[in-house]
Amino acid sequence: MADPQHDPQHAVELRNVVKRFGAFTAVHAMDLNVERGSFVTFVGPSGCGKTTTLRMIAGLEDATDGDIRIKGQRVNDVPIHKRNLGIVFQNYALFPHKTIYENVAFGLKYRAVDRETARKKVREALQLVQLPHLEERVPKQLSGGQQQRIALARAIVIEPDVLLLDEPLSALDANLREEMRVELKRIQRELGISTIFVTHDQSEALAMSDKVVVMSEGWIEQEGTPEQVYNQPASEFVANFLGISNIFSGQVQAVSGGIARLGLDDGPELLGHPRDGRAARQGERVRLAVRAEKVFLSESAPSDDPAAVVLDGKVTAVDYQGQAARYFVEAGPLTLQAINPIDRRPFHEGQPVKLRIRAQDVVLLDADAHQSAAAKAAAE
Amino acid sequence: MAVSDAHTRDMRPWALLSPALTAITLLLAIPTCFVIVYSFWLRTAAGDEQVGFYLDNWIEVLSDPFYRDILLYTLKIGLITTVCCALMGYPAAYFIAFSKMRNKAFLLLLLMLPFWISYIIRTMSWINILGVSGAVNYVLQSLGIVAEPIQMLYNEATVILGLIHFLLPFMVLNIYVSLEGIDPNLNAAARSLGSTPFQAFREVTLPLSLPGLAAGSLLCFVLGSGTYITPIVLGGPGDGMFANLIYDAIITQLNWPLGSALSIVLLIVLGSVVLLYNRYLSLGQISKGFG
Repeated sequence: MADPQHDPQHAVELRNVVKRFGAFTAVHAMDLNVERGSFVTFVGPSGCGKTTTLRMIAGLEDATDGDIRIKGQRVNDVPIHKRNLGIVFQNYALFPHKTIYENVAFGLKYRAVDRETARKKVREALQLVQLPHLEERVPKQLSGGQQQRIALARAIVIEPDVLLLDEPLSALDANLREEMRVELKRIQRELGISTIFVTHDQSEALAMSDKVVVMSEGWIEQEGTPEQVYNQPASEFVANFLGISNIFSGQVQAVSGGIARLGLDDGPELLGHPRDGRAARQGERVRLAVRAEKVFLSESAPSDDPAAVVLDGKVTAVDYQGQAARYFVEAGPLTLQAINPIDRRPFHEGQPVKLRIRAQDVVLLDADAHQSAAAKAAAE
Repeated sequence: MAVSDAHTRDMRPWALLSPALTAITLLLAIPTCFVIVYSFWLRTAAGDEQVGFYLDNWIEVLSDPFYRDILLYTLKIGLITTVCCALMGYPAAYFIAFSKMRNKAFLLLLLMLPFWISYIIRTMSWINILGVSGAVNYVLQSLGIVAEPIQMLYNEATVILGLIHFLLPFMVLNIYVSLEGIDPNLNAAARSLGSTPFQAFREVTLPLSLPGLAAGSLLCFVLGSGTYITPIVLGGPGDGMFANLIYDAIITQLNWPLGSALSIVLLIVLGSVVLLYNRYLSLGQISKGFG
């Protein structure tokens, strides 16, 4: 078989990458491109293979099968110290016996950089992470947030081809985490450095990324822009993992003008738009998702909209969240969750409401990648 | 109310420490005081002990070069043993700490195994190995390599061998504990920044394991320099160490006052080494070696 085309424009390319630990497969036949200068996030629950994939790219784990390319060059057999990667670890991994200056300058020792240039580069990196005056301290004297910035400075000072971030924010407290999120994104933009970020936090993934890769049980469930994976989830797993979704089973009853009429099992009908690249056939059984914040509640019947369905329901529980509230609503045999901004005061328990669901917000789902793969394997 | 609360809280550490403190006071501090007092008594030619305050023992111990030479020889043996233990122990500890084997606990158990057998018996076992009718000579003679058994025992080398056998586990355990405590991400970080495996070891792993190495070395040195059993069992007539002088004075000559003075000298010398170490390295590391 011919070597598949690889584009040196890609910072990282994974082709059919597999990682097995004994009988357990942590990563299944993974294909992925990381465009140069882009910020790509692997997101998924623990055990989904995101960290293992990162470690394979880093060279901390060997891929069992497949090709890993960095800037077009196959690196499977290149030892980690020759890959020119910057890694930021979850626990920062600063050298406790070295000063901040020595920590940041560490990688420059192994590069043809004279002392003066090294000093200049370290200064610039510390400037970039906004901690220019801590050079003589040791890591123990720094706060968690400061250590995080130093770890970032140490990783970028060597001008790596790819920056790998392994849950770098998860050890920080909530406020600091949001601050670092903005900071990290600013630095990445400023340097234009190709970055792979691993997190289990969906809001980090959505806020920071050019591309989000949602993983589950070693499979890629979906990759796309944050808007794509959030608004057009490919599978039930993605719909549930990112935000809160209402999932229904039903059947396509008719398709006309790009709008599908969907009969829910023992329930009302909804109108839905098939997602780009996913056709709906009449009579097909489908799973579909409606985001909680796309179920609009109102007291009176809203204006007539041909591309929306209005259901009658009753609020059964209210989860007050300040500027918004999450409602549990019964509509016939269905129970839905709806997150609506609060206008003056929230709906109260027992209040009858109208639910408006627009066709554009009803997403037809595919089977979960890990499940269909398992089913395929079982059939073979 | 609040005052009495604070009071009970303050007393709690003492309550927890009291059994140990009692034991140390009764079994160590008070006997040591007795020994100090003894050292100023005098043994008469008739073999009696003359109670009083005599400096004769101290003058003899501090002025006779015989004692000084043996003390220096003892420290030399202790030092050689410590260096050998460090060189042999580090690779073993490194292997156990970074072994991908699932049964690390088993390796540690193997390391502790010698402690189940008395130190004296372990030392004597070398006689069966290296002695005139020992295993090595038997093999050599059976193979016809030598006609007469070789005398391998009862010299300085066998004393050091016996001490290494005795002390190596202490060294390995201490180094192992400090290696085990090093975050593996530190090595990964160094490697990602461009270090070869050896450079990463030199820059990160080795410096971070030095406290364990230092603690192990101190234990080996102090225990090795204070022993008298190994030289008795495996040494020749000229291989006596300082503790053997004490043994001879007290057990053979029944000269308790002189033996006491010698004991205090050894205690002060080895104690100074410990204090010196404590000045520059935290001794907290040693206790970790047993945990």
